Amino acid sequence: MTYLAKPKLHHPDLPANALGFTRRDYEGTISTLCAGCGHDSISAAIIQACWELAIEPHKVAKLSGIGCSSKTPTYFLDKSHGFNSVHGRMPSVLTGANLANRDLIYLGVSGDGDSASIGLGQFAHAMRRGVNMTYIVENNGVYGLTKGQFSATADRGSKSKRGAVNTDEGIDLAILALQLGATYVGRSFSGDKAQLVPLIKGALTHPGAAFIDVVSPCVAFNNHEGSTRSYDYVRNHNEAVNRLDVITVHREITTDYPPGSVQEVTQHDGSVLRLRKLADDYDSSSRISAMSYVQSRYAHGEIVTGLLYVEPDATDLHASLNTTEVPLNQLSEKELCPGSAALEKFNASLR
Amino acid sequence: MKKIQAVNDFVVKFANVNGSGSASANTLFAKSIMRMGVPVSPRNIFPSNIQGLPTWYEVRVSEKGWLGRRGGADLMVAMNPQTWEKDVVEIEPGGYLFYDSSKPLPSDKFRADVTVLGMPLTEICNATYTDARQRQLFKNIIYVGALAALLEIDIAEVEKLIGEQYKGKEKLLEPNIRALHMGRDYARAHLPCPLGITVRRSDRVGDRIFIEGNNATALGAVYGGATVCAWYPITPSSSVAEAFGRHCRKFRTDPATGRNNVAIVQTEDELASIGMVIGAAWNGARAFTATSGPGVSLMTEFIGLAYFAEIPAVIVNVQRAGPSTGMPTRTQQADILSCAYASHGDTKHVLLFPEDAREAFHLTADALDLADRLQTPVFVMTDLDIGMNERLCEPLAWDDSRAYDRGKVLTHDDLEAGKRFGRYLDVDDDGITYRTYPGTHPKRGSFFTRGTSRDRYARYTEEGSAYVDNMQRLLRKFETAKLYVPEPVVKDSPRTAHHAVIYYGSTACAMDEALAELEAEGIALDALRVRAFPFQDSVIEFVNAHDHVFVVEQNRDGQLRTLLVNEGAIDPSRLSSVLHYDGTPITARFIRQEIEERLSAFNVRPIRRTAAAGE
Repeated sequence: MTYLAKPKLHHPDLPANALGFTRRDYEGTISTLCAGCGHDSISAAIIQACWELAIEPHKVAKLSGIGCSSKTPTYFLDKSHGFNSVHGRMPSVLTGANLANRDLIYLGVSGDGDSASIGLGQFAHAMRRGVNMTYIVENNGVYGLTKGQFSATADRGSKSKRGAVNTDEGIDLAILALQLGATYVGRSFSGDKAQLVPLIKGALTHPGAAFIDVVSPCVAFNNHEGSTRSYDYVRNHNEAVNRLDVITVHREITTDYPPGSVQEVTQHDGSVLRLRKLADDYDSSSRISAMSYVQSRYAHGEIVTGLLYVEPDATDLHASLNTTEVPLNQLSEKELCPGSAALEKFNASLR
Repeated sequence: MKKIQAVNDFVVKFANVNGSGSASANTLFAKSIMRMGVPVSPRNIFPSNIQGLPTWYEVRVSEKGWLGRRGGADLMVAMNPQTWEKDVVEIEPGGYLFYDSSKPLPSDKFRADVTVLGMPLTEICNATYTDARQRQLFKNIIYVGALAALLEIDIAEVEKLIGEQYKGKEKLLEPNIRALHMGRDYARAHLPCPLGITVRRSDRVGDRIFIEGNNATALGAVYGGATVCAWYPITPSSSVAEAFGRHCRKFRTDPATGRNNVAIVQTEDELASIGMVIGAAWNGARAFTATSGPGVSLMTEFIGLAYFAEIPAVIVNVQRAGPSTGMPTRTQQADILSCAYASHGDTKHVLLFPEDAREAFHLTADALDLADRLQTPVFVMTDLDIGMNERLCEPLAWDDSRAYDRGKVLTHDDLEAGKRFGRYLDVDDDGITYRTYPGTHPKRGSFFTRGTSRDRYARYTEEGSAYVDNMQRLLRKFETAKLYVPEPVVKDSPRTAHHAVIYYGSTACAMDEALAELEAEGIALDALRVRAFPFQDSVIEFVNAHDHVFVVEQNRDGQLRTLLVNEGAIDPSRLSSVLHYDGTPITARFIRQEIEERLSAFNVRPIRRTAAAGE
């Protein structure tokens, strides 16, 4: 139960990663979300992903907006600076933070109300700018903190707990991210940790705008018959197109896979995304066919999950702006202030 | 008819059509007078339009150096048939009207008390040039040549300026000079040169510079160390970010790598602009945005976050006439209250009020220090009059020994040494607490920033006492701000004054002139120019030391007066407003007349007049 305090002592046999940290070193305070909330599984997956990648916790900046999902950054990585900003505006705050210090890892956590309703604009522009970040939407199709109103990702025709039918078309943020130029787009399910953890690892190592839409059922308001975001519905309609392994130190493929069923993508930092195909006709290197595939399966009521698209040669906003390698927040008067002699010249040009 | 006779003291107004290329010719005219050592003060009066609507350029020539708008025009250069009637009316009796006489106009279109100077500009251009654009552009230069002859402007100064403008583009230089001479020669041959109003070489400009406020503001941000600029285009502030970009290309390109020591982002809206500024400042970079009233309205939720979560942010507000879209290309000082108390809940923000471009440079650089020191939003409150007009001002200065004040920030070594850290723990009793930048230390110094209530260690709480403790500390911090913001400028009358005037920002140039005129009339007034909010105690003491104080502002509701009454607990009857808010810059004439009338209502008689009556 999430409201019980976790024991402070570490189990002596807990495995440590390359930095000597155990998973406990990546945890945060105790979650205050409802028992069984999908969001807590996502927090656990983030912890697992960061631990496996042996990321220094303090080198991560975790930012969020407002809502249940946006509360979660307190529940993981308590050695990281966190920023719970205003509703729907995490992307701009994160973009500014990223501009100030390009050396940190930026993790944005948001919800479907936060990103698809009030924050759709900021979501869109962060994607099209190519901000180097991992953008996770914990998508339950409902407003939890205000008790059960539909959000903009709720499918048309789905039913609320009180029986109201949603008459508005649902927004598919993964499709939008694909269209807007995100260079890493995935979708997963909070109940499928085996799929989600590698997707987060891939996003964290990706050098551009990485987006993951995680369907995360709301046990309090959207887990009933007639909902298309319930545990049962998602389990029955989850159509994974591939399985991802993120390999930070490259090793030869030892397992025997049928020819053409494994695709490898080497990223800038040397990490390798190894994709095992589950759907033969799925091509995660094509933005257009990804969009087409996801939408055609959606028309049949299926939720396509996996790494939907990745661009190996992704660049980011800093590359577009040609900013210096040194984080801007480390520059001093010496680099920043032109001084009095330059000012004298400037004055002279205005007489 | 008595023609206006004046040397180095008159107003020339150009009535043009927007997009006709008149702006650079008109600037050339103004600068040539300045190069003769005579102070000029030009103002653009332009529509929210790119092409076709009326636009005016008003040049005040003042040997005495008055830079405020005077009102009226002694010479009207009427180049826009659309506004002819209105323009002709505006000429002072005995003044002059210069116009394009290519098409004959009926005599009732003119005034008997005005000297009419017709020049067939279109005819001359049509005869000389075949290209339509050339006909249009050179027409402007031709009239500058004619005006030089009429007003005895040294043609060599105009030529020099054209030479500087087309340096490296010699192909363009020669035809411009030819057009200039064509105008001069025509005027000499056909018009009564010189007029009663003339320019005579003087030495009153000194080493002053001629600069737009937005340009100076942008340079202030460069000198002040801003590395992140996020902005959304809005008149009249866009040229701040654009000028920042230009200055950065020059000053912020790393010579070794060619990479930029700055990041400038044109955002999707003002919400994103302020969001990025807050994100960058949270992460230890100096960041600013430039906007105008409607942009501030959009930013208010974020401004409340920055206030409550205590994150530095510099917001340049180049004010324009509101409410709503208002008059986007007209000036006002109407965002004082909306900025001072921006956002829901109990909030107060630091405001700085530069009087001109020079002070905009300095206060923008200072604002970046103040925002870091106070960990809160700081507004630089300029306006369209300052921002979008070239103004004569003292040269910009910088002390090379100046170090940026980054405020209370704990470093890795501080944390390693075990220095106690509570993000909202007031250890120095000044209301300002220590912060850490993300990524500073592997084990210590991390905290969670939020817009929700928190305790001294940044832990979420809805405990009433913790909330009140925090809100009271924020008030303490605002008190501390008084020690850091710029002091007011006091100008005491040489005589004992029972009345006083308070003013701020772009009103200063008109106020200086009005004060001199009132003083000459024997009216003693002490004056105080507010440069910042929160008001120092000296501002409140100044009010209390006088029987009555006029607060001169460019808005309808007397916003600074409201702020003074509210924050200084001042009896409202001690303060009365002198308000000018039609979108044009306030004039000395207006201030003087208003104050004279109010004082006579108080039965205050000028000392000199009283003395004269006794003789």
